Amino acid sequence: MLCQNCNQNNATVHYTKIINGEVDELHLCEECSKGIDDFDASFSFHKLLTGLIDSVQAEPIERQDDDIKCKFCGLGYREFKKTGRFGCPDCYNSFKSRLIPLLNGIHGHNTHIGKVPKRANQEIVKRREIDRLRNELDILVREEAFEKAAVLRDRIRELEGQLGRE
Amino acid sequence: MAKWLNDTGSEKDVVVSTRIRMARNLEGYRFPHGMSMEESEELTHEILNTMKNFSGNGDYRFIKMNNLSPIDKMAFIEGHVISPGLIQKPDYSSFLLRNDENVTIMINEEDHLRIQSILPGLNFQGGWELCNEIDDFLEENLDFAFHGDFGYLTCCPTNAGTGLRASVMIHIPSIVLTGYANSLVQGLNKIGLAVRGIYGEGSKAVGNLYQVSNQTTLGDKEEIIIEKLNNIIHQIIIKERTARNTLLGTKKDELEDKIFRSLGLLKHSRVMNSKEAMVHLSNLRLGREMGIIEDMEYDDITKLIIQIQPASIQKDIGEDLSKDERDIKRAELLRKRI
Ligand SMILES: [Zn+2]
Ligand SMILES: [Zn+2]
Repeated sequence: MLCQNCNQNNATVHYTKIINGEVDELHLCEECSKGIDDFDASFSFHKLLTGLIDSVQAEPIERQDDDIKCKFCGLGYREFKKTGRFGCPDCYNSFKSRLIPLLNGIHGHNTHIGKVPKRANQEIVKRREIDRLRNELDILVREEAFEKAAVLRDRIRELEGQLGRE
Repeated sequence: MAKWLNDTGSEKDVVVSTRIRMARNLEGYRFPHGMSMEESEELTHEILNTMKNFSGNGDYRFIKMNNLSPIDKMAFIEGHVISPGLIQKPDYSSFLLRNDENVTIMINEEDHLRIQSILPGLNFQGGWELCNEIDDFLEENLDFAFHGDFGYLTCCPTNAGTGLRASVMIHIPSIVLTGYANSLVQGLNKIGLAVRGIYGEGSKAVGNLYQVSNQTTLGDKEEIIIEKLNNIIHQIIIKERTARNTLLGTKKDELEDKIFRSLGLLKHSRVMNSKEAMVHLSNLRLGREMGIIEDMEYDDITKLIIQIQPASIQKDIGEDLSKDERDIKRAELLRKRI
């Protein structure tokens, strides 16, 4: 096999992103593979990941017609299990119930608490704000700062009202 | 070549460079590995159109992967300007490169967008701000794929959540020489950091250069991910300096001999392969770190480490060279510069 980069030398270094699968491998000659410093961790994670998907989904092997398919791109969950890659962002919704244990396995968490894009659903932003205000409210009540607490309570009601309307 | 090495940054006696990378995807497109050519063109067009109006940090030029020669592609990879994933589907992939090469916006790598900053020395704050500014601008103008629970949605679930990968390249010859490298790597793995040798295969790191990065991307805020990594790097810096002082106290003659032998070889050799050059450049850097060699800056040494790589040599000379020719040109370059 020839090196995918220079098409001249024999490919001797093989980077595999997929375990059982298709063409998505990188075959380079020794020269072209030198100085490569970052397969962006995902290369080394992939082997680990596909193993993890199997261990997380301990249920017996599903029948073909059990396969869930993504409504947008058509990728089946089985296929995802093989490759460790989703077909489109919508896959996350389509496979949601199975992803929670998987994400827990990879990250030790299943909920994002970081940055939220400004154009994303304002609902998320408001819900987080409500959570934050509730915590603050608890503290104020404990400190018996009732006037300040009342202000916060109004603000929380207001936000909750906005959420209810959406 | 390696323009981004611009004499800024701190803790350079241990930290060579800091890199921040954010993965982002657009709603309504399949991920790059499964998309059609039309989809890829539409997506690229949408991103470029948006970036046109970006008035933030500096000027960018647009480079299509399939317009680059193999040597140019590899030289960008050797210079840490783009990631290797970008050459997998050259008909689909492209990137925007800021003039000073500190920032790259990669289109259709594994994800639709990979925003990367690379800075010399330890500089998480600076790198984070560079990426975040671009991200802030893009998210106002594009619909990023985002989920209330899972955060930024990425092609591979290992990047989901923040999509953030922060990493540093460190040079730790004293930790290696005092025999602590393996336990350091194991310790870092245990607390959830990924460590790998940058050059060389498997755990055998050539040139004592390692990359340390966060392994998980979901469940912590971006600032916390970076702060945790930053704290650990500071501990490694202290470890390396302590090991360095120990070596200076116990094995000074031996080390001086090793460093000056490398200097002699770098200054006078006529043929040198890249592995040998890496070993001697690492010793040269060690000499600088120990104060034994004083007339070379850290960034100059880092530049050489990049410039002696196979594609970078050929790019410098401007023609394809055989391996033997490269080894001659490499020795020539090193003699000239050291
Ligand atoms: Zn090649
Ligand atoms: Zn899908």
